[in-house]
Amino acid sequence: MRRKKTKFSIPAKYILLGLCGLCIAVMVFMYSVGSSAGPLNTAASYVFVPMQKGLNAVGTFFSNKSDRFQTLESVMDENEDLKKQVEDLSNELNAIKLEQYELEDLRELYKLDQKYPNYKKVAANVIGKDSGNWFHTFLIDKGSKDGIEKDMNVIAGKGLVGIVIDVGPHYAKVRSIIDDTSKMSGMVLSTSDNCIIHGDLKTMNEERSIPFDSLKDEDNKVKSGDQVVTSYVSDKFLQGILVGYISETKMDSNNITKSGTITLAADFEHLREVLVILDKKTDAVSDTEKSK
Amino acid sequence: MKRKISVILIIAICFLLQSTIFKALSFASISPNLLIVVVSSFGFMRGRKEGMYIGLLCGLLLDIFFGQIFGFYSLLYLVLGYVNGMFRKIFYPDDIKLPMVLILGSDFVLNFMIYLLLFLPRGRVNLIYYLLHLMVPEMVYTLVITIALYFIILKINQRLERIEKRSAAKFV
Repeated sequence: MRRKKTKFSIPAKYILLGLCGLCIAVMVFMYSVGSSAGPLNTAASYVFVPMQKGLNAVGTFFSNKSDRFQTLESVMDENEDLKKQVEDLSNELNAIKLEQYELEDLRELYKLDQKYPNYKKVAANVIGKDSGNWFHTFLIDKGSKDGIEKDMNVIAGKGLVGIVIDVGPHYAKVRSIIDDTSKMSGMVLSTSDNCIIHGDLKTMNEERSIPFDSLKDEDNKVKSGDQVVTSYVSDKFLQGILVGYISETKMDSNNITKSGTITLAADFEHLREVLVILDKKTDAVSDTEKSK
Repeated sequence: MKRKISVILIIAICFLLQSTIFKALSFASISPNLLIVVVSSFGFMRGRKEGMYIGLLCGLLLDIFFGQIFGFYSLLYLVLGYVNGMFRKIFYPDDIKLPMVLILGSDFVLNFMIYLLLFLPRGRVNLIYYLLHLMVPEMVYTLVITIALYFIILKINQRLERIEKRSAAKFV
């Protein structure tokens, strides 16, 4: 008995056309609605997130091992430098302590509220990074079940890392501030001047820094080493989180604004643990509006 | 059925490795693209349709976890799978040159399209920089990985084809 080939099959090129059309339709739809894949996200996360957690531990183990292969010489040089730095810093610390006392006295006098309230934070592990080389988004192992929502700020160590752009039940997607599409408003702490901070793949790869522009510095007071924090203008980033330090500035061709680069405070090469701030800027804004 | 399960397993393993271990082992913040190796090699080994479906699956995974706009990677990988499938007629398992050229070509086209569609519109006009510091290093790294990964996929495919032939022969 020979099986007859009666199965009807559509030519490959029509399937291609159909699927392409479907993809484009989905893209247009998602772009206009601005939502993520919803149920698909949930389903996929239940399968992949646990595995990513495990595998990432293995990856961290290997990169830890490779970090140890630093030569003794460079470590000794570093030690020398660090000793000098300790001296400088302890001097600086004394000066700052004096100022701190003064500040505390003044605050008590004026009964000022603490400027930056203590935000609630949740620690999370980085479990996966963008598989391509173009963008800097990563996944963390806490999601909506742990109280994480879209637009929450993410910090690590000393400075700002990024912002939550998508949440699943047990994972969240974070776009870091070095991502090429990231754009935020910042403020130079010493002069309270605002600027716009971009993520940039090129400067990040070349100099480990990101550019800023539109800085109005009429008195020419901003110098390299000044701290840059998130500004009150931003509608998504909480005010006063350290972003980095200005490494160079130059006057723009319009002779009004300045641009330059910022050395980042957080270590983006070795992101393993991050803190998610559970307070959102949008909540804070709506709260104050209510109380009015 | 066996084929479907093994293909899905291969895709899942490559995706997981790519987003975790290979990111930790990146040189100069460049890591290889394993999924393009999978899509491309199944494309020229199995033809247009399968290449297309496998591309869609890989793209969907990337879209869910790391996508900029949902559907973008799906579309790119889908078309790449299809195009690779057109080379099935001139593919011979013993010849390593064609797979290498096709995989590298696919990786290049993929990155070039990402640049063209997601970077250029935002005023990043310095193509030469991105070419030399991102696309070419990724191609080199992917090439190194391909040498190992391609043979694994080839062996799995040959075994699957043997099993399919045997079970088909029973019906005759």
